[in-house]
Amino acid sequence: MENEKKNSKLAILANGLLKENPSLRLVLGTCPTLAVTTAVFNSLGMGVAATFVLICSNIVISACRKVIPDKVRIPAFITIIAGFVTVIQMLVQAFAQPLYDALGVYLPLIVVNCIILGRAEMFASKNGVLDSALDGLGMGLGFTLTLVLMGFVRELLGAGTLFGFQILPAGMEPVAVLASPPGGFFVFGVLMALAILLDQKRGKKVDADPEKMGCAGCPNSKNCNGEGECE
Amino acid sequence: MLVKASPHIRDNSSTQRIMLDVIIALCPAILASGIIFGWRALLLVGVTAAASVAFEYLYCYFLKKPITIGDLSAVVTGILLAFNLPATIPLWIAILGSFVSIVIAKQLFGGLGHNFANPAIVGRIVLAVSFAGRMTAYAYPAVPGGVDALASATPLVATRHADLPLLQLFLGAHGGVLGETCAAALLLGGIYLVVRRVISPAIPVTYLATVAIVSLLAGQEPLVQLLSGGLLLGAIFMATDYVTSPYTLTGKIVYGLGLGVITCAIRFWASSAEGVSYAILLMNLLVPYINDLTRQKPLGGAKKK
Repeated sequence: MENEKKNSKLAILANGLLKENPSLRLVLGTCPTLAVTTAVFNSLGMGVAATFVLICSNIVISACRKVIPDKVRIPAFITIIAGFVTVIQMLVQAFAQPLYDALGVYLPLIVVNCIILGRAEMFASKNGVLDSALDGLGMGLGFTLTLVLMGFVRELLGAGTLFGFQILPAGMEPVAVLASPPGGFFVFGVLMALAILLDQKRGKKVDADPEKMGCAGCPNSKNCNGEGECE
Repeated sequence: MLVKASPHIRDNSSTQRIMLDVIIALCPAILASGIIFGWRALLLVGVTAAASVAFEYLYCYFLKKPITIGDLSAVVTGILLAFNLPATIPLWIAILGSFVSIVIAKQLFGGLGHNFANPAIVGRIVLAVSFAGRMTAYAYPAVPGGVDALASATPLVATRHADLPLLQLFLGAHGGVLGETCAAALLLGGIYLVVRRVISPAIPVTYLATVAIVSLLAGQEPLVQLLSGGLLLGAIFMATDYVTSPYTLTGKIVYGLGLGVITCAIRFWASSAEGVSYAILLMNLLVPYINDLTRQKPLGGAKKK
């Protein structure tokens, strides 16, 4: 019994890493994923900031889930999320000015990041405080991992640097298109394909064709209990 | 005569035969680029063609798909890509261009017939965005008595200051990418394709006519605009790609008009000197809509309500 419980906690945490990876499998938060991943440092900063907001908002929303009236839950969620985003924005501005300048408008835009509102609606409003915190951590880690991977590929091949340091030898010219938006979409697409491939390797049959995969292949199916209506 | 609804006449043409005709039509321009830019031009054509075929083979092999290199379309893509590169380009950049054309633009979207845009155009644009300096490092042709490999602007940039003689433009003895300079060789190839009925003249003719008219209206010399830059190469060989051009005559005319207007808009009023490749990419993306809007009405078919 104890063991099973522990397993389920671990499963909630691990969910966000691959199986329900917010960027690559749920395809949420695509805007920051494409916009800030031109450099590893920015990716890491955005990932950590979003993870902080995700954990805090999940905890508070989960704690208040019984007092928030159903009809006004979305405005209530947004207000809570906006509060934490303001906190992180001020913290970053005070202690990490270069990151604040690099992320620009995308830092305050975490308020409308679909991952955070999505997890509030799908998970935190239905589960306990500890589970919600773990879910926020897992999802945040999955998001950060994806961003850092994309930033790594795009900065290394697109600019020849990592964390601003020259990595590629002078003879190797960077492929600048990878640092531009089309290159971002390309790297994003390749990573999505890899995530599906990894999921398939783990023995889960996923039909990548959205027309045929049905609820079984949908990473959101657990949250809607297979009722559909997601389209 | 307007042949419209089915049954259609069948003949023994095949993708392979059509592609072979295109390769034959490209030969004069290959030869011309060899004469104008020297052996390195021929080496580039060989490398991109071989790399394109190799990438197509490897992609099909690793994804366990039927190997399609026999239809020669990869060879055509490779040659056209080389035609869009300056002779000074490092070989690894040319090979990277083949990878983008074949794997990213063509195979990832489902192979020949499913590509959303002309693969060679996508390859060229990705390289132009990534290596802007190298992609415009045009070698000055090896004119007898002249200085070898002197970087110079294309006539499009140069004509803003001084005019090149029209004959020099027509024969191609000026700086530029491999395949675009010799108008005579390109026209020869174009005539062969039209005579062999591989391409319909509708697209090139509307495209070139639109450019000529808009040039006149904009106060530019139409003949210089027609003969310089990648216009002839684009109009004859790149815009007429079966997969990414409209089916019907009306569609082809709309497509040619759009190409001409966009090309002129970029040439005259944008910061970039040449607009042919962007015009073709943009119009490629519109082709499904043009096809939808210009679909023939079946004879005797009921009107759509």
